[in-house]
Amino acid sequence: MNFTLHVWRQKNARDKGRMETYRAHDITPDMSFLEMLDVVNEELVEKGTEPIHFDHDCREGICGACSLVINGIPHGGKKGCTTCELRMRNFKDGDEIYVEPFRAKALPVVKDLMVDRSALDRIMQAGGFVSVSTGAVPDGNAIPVPKAVADKAMDAAACIGCGACIAACKNASAMLFVAAKVSHLVHLPQGQVERERRVRNMVAQMDKEGFGNCTNYYECEAVCPKSISVEVIAKMNREYLKALTKPVK
Amino acid sequence: MSSIGLEKPRSLPVEISYASLGKKVLMAVTGLVAFAYILGHMLGNLQIFIGRERLNDYAEFLHSLGWFLWVIRVCLFAFFAVHVWKGIQLKLENWASRPTRYVKNNTVQASLSSRTMIWTGLAVLSFIVYHILHFTVRVTNPQYQSMVDGLGRPDVYSMVIAGYQNSLIAVVYIIAVGLVCYHLTHGIASMFQSVGLNNPRLQPLLDKIGWTLAVIIFLGFISIPLAVMFGYLQPLAGGM
Amino acid sequence: MKLESRVPSGPLAEKWDKHRFEMKLVNPANKRKYTAIVVGTGLAGGSAAASLAELGYNVKAFCFQDSARRAHSIGAQGGINAAKNYQNDGDSIWRLFYDTIKGGDFRSREGNVYRLAQVSNNIIDQCVAQGVPFARDYGGTLDNRSFGGAQVSRTFYARGQTGQQLLLGAYAALNRQIGRGQVEMHPRTEMLDLVLIDGHAKGIVVRNLATGKIESHAADAVVLATGGYGRVFNLSTMGLGCNVTAAYRAYKRGALFANPCFTQIHPTCIPHTGEFQSKLTLMSESLRNDGRIWVPKKKGETRPPSQIPEDERDYYLERKYPSFGNLAPRDISSRSAKEVCDEGRGVGPTGYGVYLDFSDAIKRLGKNIIEQRYGNLFEMYHLITDEDPYEVPMRIYPASHYTMGGLWVDYNLMSNIPGLHVIGEANFSDHGANRLGASALMQGLADGYFILPYTISDYFARVGAKNISTDREEFRAAEKEVKDRVKKLMAVNGKQTAESFHKRLGIIMWEYCGMARNEAGLKKALELIPALREEFWSDVKVLGEAGDMNQTLERAGRVADFLEFAEIFAYDALNREESCGAHFREEYQTGEGEALRNDKKFAYVAAWEYKGVGQKPGLHKEELEFENVELATRSYK
Repeated sequence: MNFTLHVWRQKNARDKGRMETYRAHDITPDMSFLEMLDVVNEELVEKGTEPIHFDHDCREGICGACSLVINGIPHGGKKGCTTCELRMRNFKDGDEIYVEPFRAKALPVVKDLMVDRSALDRIMQAGGFVSVSTGAVPDGNAIPVPKAVADKAMDAAACIGCGACIAACKNASAMLFVAAKVSHLVHLPQGQVERERRVRNMVAQMDKEGFGNCTNYYECEAVCPKSISVEVIAKMNREYLKALTKPVK
Repeated sequence: MSSIGLEKPRSLPVEISYASLGKKVLMAVTGLVAFAYILGHMLGNLQIFIGRERLNDYAEFLHSLGWFLWVIRVCLFAFFAVHVWKGIQLKLENWASRPTRYVKNNTVQASLSSRTMIWTGLAVLSFIVYHILHFTVRVTNPQYQSMVDGLGRPDVYSMVIAGYQNSLIAVVYIIAVGLVCYHLTHGIASMFQSVGLNNPRLQPLLDKIGWTLAVIIFLGFISIPLAVMFGYLQPLAGGM
Repeated sequence: MKLESRVPSGPLAEKWDKHRFEMKLVNPANKRKYTAIVVGTGLAGGSAAASLAELGYNVKAFCFQDSARRAHSIGAQGGINAAKNYQNDGDSIWRLFYDTIKGGDFRSREGNVYRLAQVSNNIIDQCVAQGVPFARDYGGTLDNRSFGGAQVSRTFYARGQTGQQLLLGAYAALNRQIGRGQVEMHPRTEMLDLVLIDGHAKGIVVRNLATGKIESHAADAVVLATGGYGRVFNLSTMGLGCNVTAAYRAYKRGALFANPCFTQIHPTCIPHTGEFQSKLTLMSESLRNDGRIWVPKKKGETRPPSQIPEDERDYYLERKYPSFGNLAPRDISSRSAKEVCDEGRGVGPTGYGVYLDFSDAIKRLGKNIIEQRYGNLFEMYHLITDEDPYEVPMRIYPASHYTMGGLWVDYNLMSNIPGLHVIGEANFSDHGANRLGASALMQGLADGYFILPYTISDYFARVGAKNISTDREEFRAAEKEVKDRVKKLMAVNGKQTAESFHKRLGIIMWEYCGMARNEAGLKKALELIPALREEFWSDVKVLGEAGDMNQTLERAGRVADFLEFAEIFAYDALNREESCGAHFREEYQTGEGEALRNDKKFAYVAAWEYKGVGQKPGLHKEELEFENVELATRSYK
């Protein structure tokens, strides 16, 4: 298969950046999208052009490092799939493909298709944890957790922190990401003591980072490689309202 | 050692008006009030089909509320203003949060109505201004000032019919009501999500309810200009 | 150099308790005077950094990924072992200890392994308290499954992403300490050298990957938690960034590298499809609980699997190992798959694959149950291969997955360089010659949460706080070496990419140092590796600038280290004239093709000392003493 690629190139954070056009030759349908870019990069290096930079690591859809907005859709639009899992058989021979970095003020471009997602780490640092130190814990079975509840928590905890929800959101809002963590911890008995402070702090940090507001487009849910439902956002909204009505402990 | 700290808890009004989630709650609550008003307004208007007397009675009843009517008006205005203000503020922030646009844009499932809320909203806002000038303050058509019925009350019935006999006004009205209702198709379901009353089982139902209510309101409102244009509602002879 | 394991004396079950009492403590008020550097933020590094900060030490944590949460521990799917005996099926600390030491084919330390089994229970409690959403059964208690060659159900799991969930737990604990300011986090930062001051590890030199800047960091101790070196095979189940660089640079500074030839080849990966493939995807071993592994009896079979009748199929694991069947340990399953493929009975387009068939399980349990158990894995397989495993059998093949070898450490997890601690997969640790399923997560977290925080305190208390500055000559010299090396790489300006050298090295390693090795092959590898290295240094092409984000430079530096490291690997495999665990020397096997251990000559840890690039490394032996278990021949028949 052959493709025409329009790729965002930007030397570093200070550079203005522009779209460049490349051709991808002799691609097999079994290749992943990133393997296709690997092939293009090998060719670029041989020609003496610096290769296209992009974040990636596990290449099996779990580390959350890969990003890319492919033809306007983060991770390329195949349901429940990250860019590294997306196979070229999902494209037609001869397709023109647009490849851009995740775009948001809070996720500035580092180089080419790499973005700085440290804003997400900072939101987690603001409250995405249970305050428990090593050792000071009861037996794992001391507090039973109903299976349905544990499953719900797991659904939300499946977030890999890739940031596709932000890239897809027309408002560059980080609601799905933040809500997934709030929802994960609020379901479990272990996270209860700090539930009000957690949601308020995480929301405050999210706002501080310059993410947009949620206006219920639900694009986030559509592109989430772990298919996390916008239900978690409703859950967070509810949590937040409840937290506001309670005195801070 | 150490747990989640909350440095300076913001007071509830501050949190509500500045935190992203608070603003959303304001949008939902003010939107709900606006929606309730629209529903009531439609039911009031539909009394035109019962007859001139009924409609003018209703108008007279509203006016008879006196100062209380003004309280309602001020409250409505306040809610509405907050809805507009927060809506614009949210939009400006949202634009600012993505300074570099995508070269290639694409949408997977966000509805057109959800993506055009600001435009339908602003269009509706300008229509409302016109609508108030038209029927309430009556500056666009000062001749309405002289319309009174047999009891000497403002003849709302005749004003409406006179208004929609002008097909330009009727068409503008129909389009505007269409926009309001299109705004509602996203707005009604969205209210529930924003205050956290949503889950995957409920969501398709909410979407349907939103659409159904929007269509009902649309049909309710446009039935009047259509009835006038097609001659079902006639001006009363000698009523003027 | 005499290698002191420092395993305490006394009865096995009391060693750790006794040791904890004997270790020195740092006064709580003095803890803030000490700083620890932790390189790597996976299960071991993340948990260690968080736990050290909780104790009050200052911590500087480093990872090359853009966030601490992306360390490759996330890749582990199956689960984590603990001797909780929640299922009442006869498990105990002793049994977990025994299974682990036997699974490792008696090439690990009794004392370390026993301690691992002891703290395994604390790990589960810790993770539950952090909010790790482990699978539960309907009564609300924790669920377990049997996994990876164990006959008891002791594996805890969180859907198909146990590693991810455990790491998020450690990452959360780490975030809490970053938020407090107790941990200074440096993402996108790669360690390129270790700095010794008066023979003690007191700092590191790093490259900030985003800016290209070379920087030094000083501390009172350095902890390496930098994972394994499986990418020496190029194609592996590891993340593409995984590398040996940090461990190897420590080795070049004098740390010993132990048992590098003990590398695990995981039996259930999706087979290789083409030349440009970048990685092999692991399918959780849990699939072997319900899937049956087979190949056609006939060579060169061309019929689709559904048309091959039952009596023309060879369920070779069930045939050869009737009591363990499809659950035979990883080394045995992998080698058996290679055997049948070498016989020409492999399946799929390349002939390097075997079927993992769920049709019987679907018939027995219904599609619904199978979907509940393995739904996400089936989806992943479908996504990658475009074949629906509910309809046609999966195809699997072994791939490099985990490295039991690593930097040598004593019972305190400290290397032969004082102050340099090595934890998790990066040390040679507790798995001996082969690791059982669901024990890597256990070891990483045991080291980080429950062992290192004690033993590093002992080191601190013994040497005192030094408050070292990076202005010292030792840092200047190390920085200069690192910069020179970067310059040298950029200056080659040849024609071939680092990537292509990595591929060629991978092929050499897979061919001659892979699942089965022999003397001639290893000697051949020892000729090919230096030649390839020489070619690399004369013809590699690195573009871009050193003072900027530069992925080709990063890659080239890592490949350069692999090209040196591969040689120690081959020397070790050549030296170990026996077959044990994952190390299978063709010359040493029983008549039935089983591994033939030589306990008289090789019951030792081979720890290698750097003698110069291209020089044969020096061998140091740590004899393994077994006081509590009898060295039996592993039998899974």
